[in-house]
Amino acid sequence: MSHVIQTQGPVSAPPTLIRPTSGWTSLQLGEVWRHRELLYFMMWRDVKVRYKQTLLGVSWAVLQPLMTMVVFTIFFDRLANVGSDGLPYPLFSFAGLLPWNFFAQAVGQSSASLVGSANLISKVYFPRLIIPISSVLIGFVDFAVGFVFLLGMMAYYRTWPSIATIVFVPLFILLAAGASLGVGLWLSALHVKYRDVRYVVPFFIQLWLFVTPVIYPASRVIGKLQSAGVPVWLYGLNPVAGAVEGFRWATVRSGAPPTSIVLTSLFVTIVLLVTGAFYFRRTERTFADIV
Amino acid sequence: MRTSSEEEKRAGLSVLRADNPAAAGHALASPARRAADSGGDIAILADRISKKYRIGVAQASYNTMRDAMTNLLLGPFRRARRRRTEDAEGMDAGGETFWALKDVSFELKRGEVVGIVGGNGAGKSTLLKILSRITEPTSGTAEIRGSVGSLLEVGAGFHGELTGRENIYLNGAILGMPKVEITRKFDEIVAFSEVDRFIDTPVKHYSSGMYVRLAFAVAAHLEPDILIVDEVLAVGDAAFQKKCLGKMGGVAKAGRTVIFVSHNMSALVNLCEHGLLLERGRAVAYGGIDEVVSRYLSTPDRDQSGFADLTNHRDRAPGMQPIARAIGLRGEAGSYRTVAYTGDDLVFEIHYDSGDVTLDLVQLFVCSFGGRRIFTVGTHHSPEFSSVLRGKGVVECTLRGVQLAEGDYTVAVAFGRHAPRHDMDYVENALAFRVEFKDFFGTGEGPLPHQGDVVQRSEWNVPSEALVAR
Repeated sequence: MSHVIQTQGPVSAPPTLIRPTSGWTSLQLGEVWRHRELLYFMMWRDVKVRYKQTLLGVSWAVLQPLMTMVVFTIFFDRLANVGSDGLPYPLFSFAGLLPWNFFAQAVGQSSASLVGSANLISKVYFPRLIIPISSVLIGFVDFAVGFVFLLGMMAYYRTWPSIATIVFVPLFILLAAGASLGVGLWLSALHVKYRDVRYVVPFFIQLWLFVTPVIYPASRVIGKLQSAGVPVWLYGLNPVAGAVEGFRWATVRSGAPPTSIVLTSLFVTIVLLVTGAFYFRRTERTFADIV
Repeated sequence: MRTSSEEEKRAGLSVLRADNPAAAGHALASPARRAADSGGDIAILADRISKKYRIGVAQASYNTMRDAMTNLLLGPFRRARRRRTEDAEGMDAGGETFWALKDVSFELKRGEVVGIVGGNGAGKSTLLKILSRITEPTSGTAEIRGSVGSLLEVGAGFHGELTGRENIYLNGAILGMPKVEITRKFDEIVAFSEVDRFIDTPVKHYSSGMYVRLAFAVAAHLEPDILIVDEVLAVGDAAFQKKCLGKMGGVAKAGRTVIFVSHNMSALVNLCEHGLLLERGRAVAYGGIDEVVSRYLSTPDRDQSGFADLTNHRDRAPGMQPIARAIGLRGEAGSYRTVAYTGDDLVFEIHYDSGDVTLDLVQLFVCSFGGRRIFTVGTHHSPEFSSVLRGKGVVECTLRGVQLAEGDYTVAVAFGRHAPRHDMDYVENALAFRVEFKDFFGTGEGPLPHQGDVVQRSEWNVPSEALVAR
């Protein structure tokens, strides 16, 4: 029902065939594309509602990473002295928190998105993929606001953006978005079947933060890996590690790019996305019956 | 459109399109072949659609879900439970699955307006969900030619924080309207909804009537080739319902195909030309809406003895508590009866069990066989009645000298509270009875058929001959 055609004459469009599907089915991305207006409206609704209901509105997008940064600076820099590869720790941690928060929020939102839209799913047809996709995409609003703040911080610390910033920042944030959508597709589909997912996700994200180089520099882990004889690229198996490390490299730190980690992360992200999308489509047909 | 031949045999009823006699009597061939036969005339071609629900899977862990979702889940259970008590048909050996729909075949022409008739759990909603692609059939296919707009809920996706204007766009997009089309119809939608003054107010501040009007206004402006509508007319006040019915009638006249589900028989009769009767997941009859409705109203679920058990009645409104347990129509001798005479005293005895809930309002709605209400009586109209009902009991309602013309009637029964008004149970088509004409007027003559459902004594005088002569 993407096109509400106003025709009185014979319908020339190919008929829709409704039949049971089994096993793995095609992703039908064309169908998602035809519903892009709905995708836009759903994102627009979520953004609007979020900022309508909150007192501080869009400033939350800055306040949250800012306060986390302050806490991290006090505990991890001043007390634990985890290091920051020679950068001012506030700048170092903020540049890591920005992509990390984007990822964490997108995973949290998208994994709960299907169950949260149960009412729609059971009453209206549209490609269900739109729901987790829109909840990942709205994270870009917060990210954009935070990014402007990061640019301000960089100016304050006299760290000027380079060509790499302009070229690579979009790529690394896309990598973070891809990773969160991949994880989100799996979790949202599982959430419909197993309500435990709701309790697992926050906990799982919390743990994930510690295996991602947000608080500490990746160099500390890489050093340990190298001395143990483990190849460095293995660190990129955590797709967010590649995104965060790459983003930080592109914004606040010059020097050699973390190529091997990023490439591994890219590979893992693609695997997550493809398997997630197919798993989602495979389970999609039962959503309306069990959600 | 027609049911497959085996169903017709089972049903012993063969109601086929008069304009398509060639299609009569044989089961549907493959969709492709049939479609080729009929050219571009077909809107929907359903071939042996079946839907099986697995009960075990859904039972897992849903106690934390919101009401709406719980309902959705429990629907199949309730159906299953009923099914188990009524008969074992449709159940798998293990009893863990049941067929909400079984081998439903039909063919729907472009521009046809079809009402789907059936009790709770007959599979109406499941069929609509499959045709609107919300859920997949377990087996069978349906071919749909043209765009589909389905209206299984008014206000799907409405968000309380958003204004009326914003919700129009959002809901329109969800229902499949392109943005340009919404913009084009915006003023019309607002005018139809009658909420113009509040269009920039968040809908959480709307009264429920305004909310529903706005939601329906959006839906009513959908212009798909095929419109699928579920029971949505049950909402809103009477005047708005009428307006919606008018709008839907307009949709039908514009040559669109409409599939309409309702428990409201008079709405069905008014709107639809044809009807499809579903019974326990099977299509048992297809034909003119009048025939299908009267067949539905006279199927064995309705007790012919003048007494009906209402505990698991198929026409209990969704979300109601089963307070009304049984209803009987008593004659003068005290035994139950199904036939009364015009002018008789009709005594309805209504058995109830309200548990711990207190009630002070009982109503009876006397309807024509097509479902149109003729009159309503209630405890609040009786000055002597001041009881509060609680627990188990029987309440009697006497209609003194009933002024019904000859014909078939049904009663609906409702329980609730008077002030503030709150309905707790409502069962439509609770009991059917027949009224025959006796010499009500003392003239030996009665009203002719189609002269109305109500008889009324009247006095006629000619006050002054002179006046007339002038």
